Amino acid sequence: MAAIRNAAKVAGLVGGAIAASSVQAVDLPEDKAETMYHLYDGGGVIAQGPAVLIRKSMLDRVALSGSYYVDAVSNASIDVVTTASKYKETRDQADIGLDYVVRDSLIHVSGSKSTEPDYLASTLNVDLTQDVFGGMTTVVLGYSHADDKVGQHGTPGWIGTAHHWQYRLGVTQILTPRWTASANLESIADDGYLGSPYRLARVFGTFVHENDPTTRESKALKLSTTGDITPEGAEHRRSFRAEYRYYWDTWGVRGHTLELGYNRDIAPGWLVESFMRYYRQNHALFYSDNAPEQTLYVTRNRELSTMHDFGPGATLSYTLKSVPGKYDVKLSASYQFIDFHYADYTDVRTGKPYSYKASVVNTVLSATF
Amino acid sequence: MAPLRSRSRPLGLVAAALVLAGASGCAFKPIEPWVKPYERERLADPVMKTSLNELPGRQQDHVYTVREGSRGATGVQGGGCGCN
Repeated sequence: MAAIRNAAKVAGLVGGAIAASSVQAVDLPEDKAETMYHLYDGGGVIAQGPAVLIRKSMLDRVALSGSYYVDAVSNASIDVVTTASKYKETRDQADIGLDYVVRDSLIHVSGSKSTEPDYLASTLNVDLTQDVFGGMTTVVLGYSHADDKVGQHGTPGWIGTAHHWQYRLGVTQILTPRWTASANLESIADDGYLGSPYRLARVFGTFVHENDPTTRESKALKLSTTGDITPEGAEHRRSFRAEYRYYWDTWGVRGHTLELGYNRDIAPGWLVESFMRYYRQNHALFYSDNAPEQTLYVTRNRELSTMHDFGPGATLSYTLKSVPGKYDVKLSASYQFIDFHYADYTDVRTGKPYSYKASVVNTVLSATF
Repeated sequence: MAPLRSRSRPLGLVAAALVLAGASGCAFKPIEPWVKPYERERLADPVMKTSLNELPGRQQDHVYTVREGSRGATGVQGGGCGCN
C-alpha cells in the first residue's frame, strides 16, 4: 500500500503536466461528475443532446466510470437535400470503464456501445500507462477493437459489418519546470463495409451508389508542447499550447492539423481557454466530384475530398463553489466557430465549390469530490 | 604499408573511443531526472490543461471525425458510430 501511495503521490505532482497533453497521468483519475448539453449547427445539420459522466474511486487503486451520450440529429445536409429527404435520428452511446493502479502503472479497460437505428458499434479499449525516469516521462500503450453492424432504412436486418483495430503509443516528457512535450502515434486498420448505403457518387453526370474499398489502414502522428508562460510576479497564470498532427492512409488521404491554444486565469475562480485550429487534406484516390470514367471504387464523400477548415474556439469556466480537499463545482460554456471549404466538391444547386460555416456549443456543470 | 594501415585503422578508432569514454567519465552514466517533483507545481496548475472537462473532448472529436478524413492520435478513445 505504501508503494502505491508513493507512486500515486509522485504521479499526482505530474498529473497536471500529463493532463496538459493527450496522454494520462499515472494516477487514478479524479472522482468526478459531469453533465453536458452539446449542440452542433452547420451545413444543414443540427446535432444536440445531453451527456453525463460519473467516476468514483475505491480502495485507493480502482476507479469505476460510466457515461452516456445522446446525439439527436436533424439532417438536411447538402448530400441529403440534393439526393434524398431530410431526416431525424438519435444516436445513443453508453460507456463503462475501469481504472486500476499497480505500482506506477495505470491499467484502463473500457467498453462502449453506440446505437443508431441503422448502425451499431461495440468498442473495447485497453490502455496501459507507465511512469518512468523519475516521473518525468509517461508512456501510454493502447489498443481498441470495434465491431460494427451496418443497416439501411427500409431493409430488414443488417447489410454489412465492419471491424476496426486501433494501436496507440503516447510519450509525454517534462522538459523544464514550465514546459512539457508529447508525441502520439496511432495506427488504425479497418475491414468490412466502410462506406454509406445512402451516399451517391457521380459518374458521367449521373448519380450512382458509391463503392468504397473494404480495407483501410491509417496512421497519425501528433506532436505537441504546452508551457506555462506566466511572467514572473504576474498575478494570473497563463499557458500556451501548440499541436501539429500529420495523417496518412492507404486511401491516399494526407491530412495536416495545426492547433494553437492560450489559457488564462482572469480572476479568482475564472478561467478562459482559447484556441485556433486549422485543418487541410487532399482527396482520396477514388474520390471524384464527377468521375469521367467508370472505376471499381468511386465516392463523392465530402469527408474524402480536398478540403480545409479553420476557426477559433473559447471556453469560459467559473468555480461556483470550492471546499479545498473536499469538492468543487464548476460551470463552463464553450463556443467554437468552424469555416469549411471544399475545393473539389461542387454544390450542384449553384455549380460552385461548396462551403459552409458551423457552430459547436456546449455547457458543462461539473463537480470533483 | 597499405595493408598495415588498413588493419591499424579499426584498432585506432576503438582506442580513441576508449580514451574519449574514459576522459569524459560519463559515457555510461545514466541521465538523472532534471526536473524534481517539487519543481512541477506550475505543470499541475489547471491553466495547463487542454480542457478542464472530459465530455467536451468527445463532442469535439466526434465533430471532426464525421467531417474530416483524418482520424486518430487525438488522445480521445473512439466510441464508434456510423460516421462514414
